[in-house]
Amino acid sequence: MTKYRIGSAIILVFLLLLGYFFFIAKKPQFKFGLDLVGGTELTYKADVSKLASGDINSSMDALKDVIERRVNIFGVSEPLIQIESAGFVSGNPEHRLIVELPGVTDIDKAIALIGQTPLLEFRLQKEGISEMNQQEIASSSIDNLFVQTGITGRLLKRAQLQFDPTTQKPQVSLEFNSEGRELFAKVTKENVGKVLGIFLDGVPISLPVIREEISNGVAQITGEFSAQEARTLVRNLNYGALPVPIELISTQTVGATLGEIALNAGVKAGVAGFLLTVIFLILWYRLPGVVASFALVLYVLLSLTVFKLIPVTLTAAGVAGFILSIGMAVDANILIFERMKEEFRGGKNLHEAIHEGFRRAWLSIRDSNISSIITAIVLFWLGTSAVKGFALTLGLGVLISMFTAITVSRTFLFALDVKSESKSSKFLFGSGLTNNQQPTTNN
Amino acid sequence: MFIIKYRKFWFILSGLLIAGSILAVIFFGLNYSTDFKGGSILEISYTNEKLSLEEAKSSLDSLNLGGYSLRPSGEKNFVLRSREISQAEKSQIENALSQNGELQIKEERFNSVGPVVSENLKKKSYWAIGLVILLIVLFITFAFRKVSKPISSWKYGLATIIALAHDVIIPTGIYIIYGYFTGAEIDLLFITALLAILGYSVHDTIVVFDRVRENLRKNEEYRNKETFEEMVGRSVTQTFGRSINTSLTIFLTLLALLLIGSPSTQDFAFVLLIGLIAGTYSSIFVASPLLVVFEKLRKKKS
Repeated sequence: MTKYRIGSAIILVFLLLLGYFFFIAKKPQFKFGLDLVGGTELTYKADVSKLASGDINSSMDALKDVIERRVNIFGVSEPLIQIESAGFVSGNPEHRLIVELPGVTDIDKAIALIGQTPLLEFRLQKEGISEMNQQEIASSSIDNLFVQTGITGRLLKRAQLQFDPTTQKPQVSLEFNSEGRELFAKVTKENVGKVLGIFLDGVPISLPVIREEISNGVAQITGEFSAQEARTLVRNLNYGALPVPIELISTQTVGATLGEIALNAGVKAGVAGFLLTVIFLILWYRLPGVVASFALVLYVLLSLTVFKLIPVTLTAAGVAGFILSIGMAVDANILIFERMKEEFRGGKNLHEAIHEGFRRAWLSIRDSNISSIITAIVLFWLGTSAVKGFALTLGLGVLISMFTAITVSRTFLFALDVKSESKSSKFLFGSGLTNNQQPTTNN
Repeated sequence: MFIIKYRKFWFILSGLLIAGSILAVIFFGLNYSTDFKGGSILEISYTNEKLSLEEAKSSLDSLNLGGYSLRPSGEKNFVLRSREISQAEKSQIENALSQNGELQIKEERFNSVGPVVSENLKKKSYWAIGLVILLIVLFITFAFRKVSKPISSWKYGLATIIALAHDVIIPTGIYIIYGYFTGAEIDLLFITALLAILGYSVHDTIVVFDRVRENLRKNEEYRNKETFEEMVGRSVTQTFGRSINTSLTIFLTLLALLLIGSPSTQDFAFVLLIGLIAGTYSSIFVASPLLVVFEKLRKKKS
């Protein structure tokens, strides 16, 4: 018994530490989903159809970096930007970029904030269209007039504001990276005499004629813009010319008050669910019920701490998943205690009955928990952020409860070392309704 | 054991419930939310005075929104569901609902889902349900692989699959009827709840099957002469209490979630609750008696 008593002492100290960690220590904090704190989620589709398949991943990463920089300039706290690749595993037909902006509830501002990033392209004029002014070009579709060269903002190293030495007009100087330099040299070499249009978000800003091969990877845009406009353009290009065109395909905004109501109600329901479960356990299972309630307290603290540490983003559905898991966490206890009672009634002494209860219930606990974990994994795959929260809390809950409901309860029960001969122990371990009323089965 | 003995009664009861649920689906249709059909949801709240539902509707009618639904939510809120709307249209709507700024309103929530996203999510949801059922059945067949007499292990899987289908169909039917009165829609949380039910229902089924597995082994060891039917009946009796109790604790937490939980997860808790009841029932009254039926069918053949 000493072994179990030491074990119990360790668990109790652990419990106190968790309690301290959870209730008193300020850090780390819980991470709440947008639906609980308020905020905006924007889902973009990235058009990668023009890219070679080998370039897609690096372009998506570059896209993410660019948007991240954008968002950071505007001082959004803890934005979350994720890439969801197309394919079988994700189940998406296209590459997506998901931008979560906690605290931003003005969706127009949020869209503008991201949408301002310009898409810079260099396109070659098609054969046969030579005499055109800018207006005529603007009135027809770009794709009819110009072919893509593959030179885009993705290949840009940096942009700079300069002034033409003779006319003093502002101009924007572009410097390409090594890949861009090569491509730029190749395109200019092969197309001397043609127009290489520079387009920003599909609008031509300058239509220079290629005079000779440009091999140093530097180009100038001289358009009809003021110094102020040129400066803005330079800043936008530096902060991120989008490597891939994006299109907004879904948005979600939750106001802060709605989130707060949801969170408070979730906490209340959690406390109520926990108390109801504990009351049931103690009334029905008596002493083992008390032990299981301790294990449940440990379960709650341990799970919440794990949620903080990973961190798991708690959404309304995630909170619901956790509350549900409180009810499920004691399943293992119930299976064990029922088995224990059965063995006890079958004539085993209390010590043996407890042993057998844990040993025999294990198989059904293992098998049923595996099926819950399978479900959690599929849910995680299915999920948008709300459902992922549910899947995570449910899955982690199953794993953690295997530890608390089995290891912790067993240690405590053995440490108590109740002798089976006394009448009181029979009361403490029996459950009122079924005691001795059912015929025992003889095998 | 009355559960096994009167199995025809339970099968008829389940059959009627399933038929009723399918009728409900045919009759009321699946009312998909914007998650699955695309479109926009806009929730606004009035700070002080509010428009009546009729007033609000008549001011919205002048806008070109197509078919929309406007429902009050709580005391001060309206929820508008419509086709996917642009930012400009949203301002028009907010103008209309605030009587051009005369009443103070606040935007509480705005979701807009494009058709590609929603179509994709719908497809993925059906896949997920199929995948969970398939994986669970494979797992059961695997877990019971050593059991081959008197019925082979895949039949335990088959009994589980039928019980699982039962547990998906009945809550769907009841939810659709519930939705007809409350406006609850088939959204992603509903699918999530169904999947959670599948995971849970099998949990309960395994408890009974595990006991069947154990009793089979013991009977062989001690050379007990007991028919399969009696043995399954005995296993159900032995595990009846714990099946009910494990479900009861979950029932209690779900009840808390339904009655005082977040309004955004109340429909979710409702589906889970119905599913829990259906799942517990099917483990005891459908899956286990089915084992006996399979055994009888096998005997008839040979």
